[in-house]
Amino acid sequence: MDYFAQQVINGIVLGSIYGLIAIGYTMVYGIVGMINFAHGDIFMIGGFIALISFLVLVSIGLTAIPLILLIVLLVSMAITALYGWTVERIAYRPLRHSFRLAPMLSAIGMSFVLSNFSQVAQGARVKPVPPIITGGYTLLEQNGFAVRLSNAQIVVVVTTIVLLAIFTWLVSRTRLGRDMRACEQDQTMAALLGVDVDRTISMTFVIGAALAAVAGMMYLLYYGLVDFFMGFVAGIKAFTAAVLGGIGSLPGAMLGGLAIGLIETLWSAYFSVEYKDVAAFSILIIVLIFLPTGLLGRPEVEKV
Amino acid sequence: MTAPSVKPLLEIRGLRAAYGKIEALKGVDLDINPGEIVALIGANGAGKSTLMMTIFGRPRARAGQIRFDGRDITGMATHEIARLRIAQSPEGRRIFPRMSVAENLQMGADATECSEADRATGLERVVTLFPRLKERMAQRGGTLSGGEQQMLAIGRALMSRPRLLMLDEPSLGLAPLVARQIFDAIRTLNRQDGLTVLIVEQNANHALKLAHRGYVMVNGLITLSGTGNELLQRPEVRSAYLEGGRRG
Repeated sequence: MDYFAQQVINGIVLGSIYGLIAIGYTMVYGIVGMINFAHGDIFMIGGFIALISFLVLVSIGLTAIPLILLIVLLVSMAITALYGWTVERIAYRPLRHSFRLAPMLSAIGMSFVLSNFSQVAQGARVKPVPPIITGGYTLLEQNGFAVRLSNAQIVVVVTTIVLLAIFTWLVSRTRLGRDMRACEQDQTMAALLGVDVDRTISMTFVIGAALAAVAGMMYLLYYGLVDFFMGFVAGIKAFTAAVLGGIGSLPGAMLGGLAIGLIETLWSAYFSVEYKDVAAFSILIIVLIFLPTGLLGRPEVEKV
Repeated sequence: MTAPSVKPLLEIRGLRAAYGKIEALKGVDLDINPGEIVALIGANGAGKSTLMMTIFGRPRARAGQIRFDGRDITGMATHEIARLRIAQSPEGRRIFPRMSVAENLQMGADATECSEADRATGLERVVTLFPRLKERMAQRGGTLSGGEQQMLAIGRALMSRPRLLMLDEPSLGLAPLVARQIFDAIRTLNRQDGLTVLIVEQNANHALKLAHRGYVMVNGLITLSGTGNELLQRPEVRSAYLEGGRRG
């Protein structure tokens, strides 16, 4: 029971990171109908920018950890958002009215560009950082096994919840969010009502990239390392999470992220670490056979 | 036909548009004067809906000119045209199905920069015209009946306080009583607020009785024009759109 509780905590933390990335996939799919294969690499870029800005802040003599974390968070969100905006502008927008596969091929290309760029600019080695957030709490201890909740885990989960709250408010209550939903449901009608569709699509990429940057920073805090290739596996997992939750559904992306995080962690804990990816993807296949639209997805009946 | 003293609000000259290789508009001339209701009638596939969409730049005009209030809007982006306060209740209504009725109406108001007070008066006017919408405010657009969706589409267009309102087949698929309600609402808007309206209809009888002037469109060309009553008396209109066709 203790062991199980510990694994659930770990799974939720991992799931939060996947969920934050998955939102970017699902938002872009909802609004432009393409899978942004470069999104995992945007997450990786976010991790690197978090690392670089952290090192810069430490080297100029800043010591207050909460202040450092806040600045790192804002800087990596802002710069990564710029990456997201640029990728859409140069690689996807010119192809929007081209044949259906064109933006997808371009996205795969962008994925290589971003990861190779990081490899060349930052080197191929794994970049470790010393633990930034230390300490934690022992929730319960018996038979020599302690259920621990580390401060780093608390930071990951709390940051995720706060950002999701802001994000949900943005989508459901603001003008921009309404415009995004309008573009998702009927782009032509949105334009007939004065919505600048291109700008709204750009903003979707900006927001998705900013959330991926948060995930990248959380990954850095939690695992204490980044490398140029980490976007690939995490991206595939988060994409799986988005499909599992029902592609196009925002709550679905978060739910799918948590599900993949939990499945992966529990499988590693009870069966084998080597086969954790097999477990995650097998569950995906099983769900898609019985629930083709994912957990919270809706069947495509409303489209005309 | 057009009184020479008034300057048209919308002026279309030699307009051509196509979907791929299929030419849908083959040189259309049309004027709408301020405060007028103009009906555009014609059979299915004549190009009526295409004309409305081409005014909004979708598809883009291949040739010709569209002027709104003296300004050339032919090459403008769709959303910029909408911000000039030209509103459309399009073919198929195009309600946002997963937004509430209130949000659908807000989307209409967003088209123009307007104050909270303007929004409130706009909303008041829409629910006075269509009291049914008031009861449905929190409901999702996709769950409304056909008639309610039509009311919502017109209401949404009105929320932008349009200078020109374009309605594509507002009576299509509606029960006669609901259709009459909608025509009454259009007449009220025109008389009380001086709203300029372009209405596309297959239901020629209703539309021509409502309109000050009308145009008949065949195969992407305007073949006849005149006042509503003149057109109703024309034998070719009677045989093509009244006696043989659907009656109101």
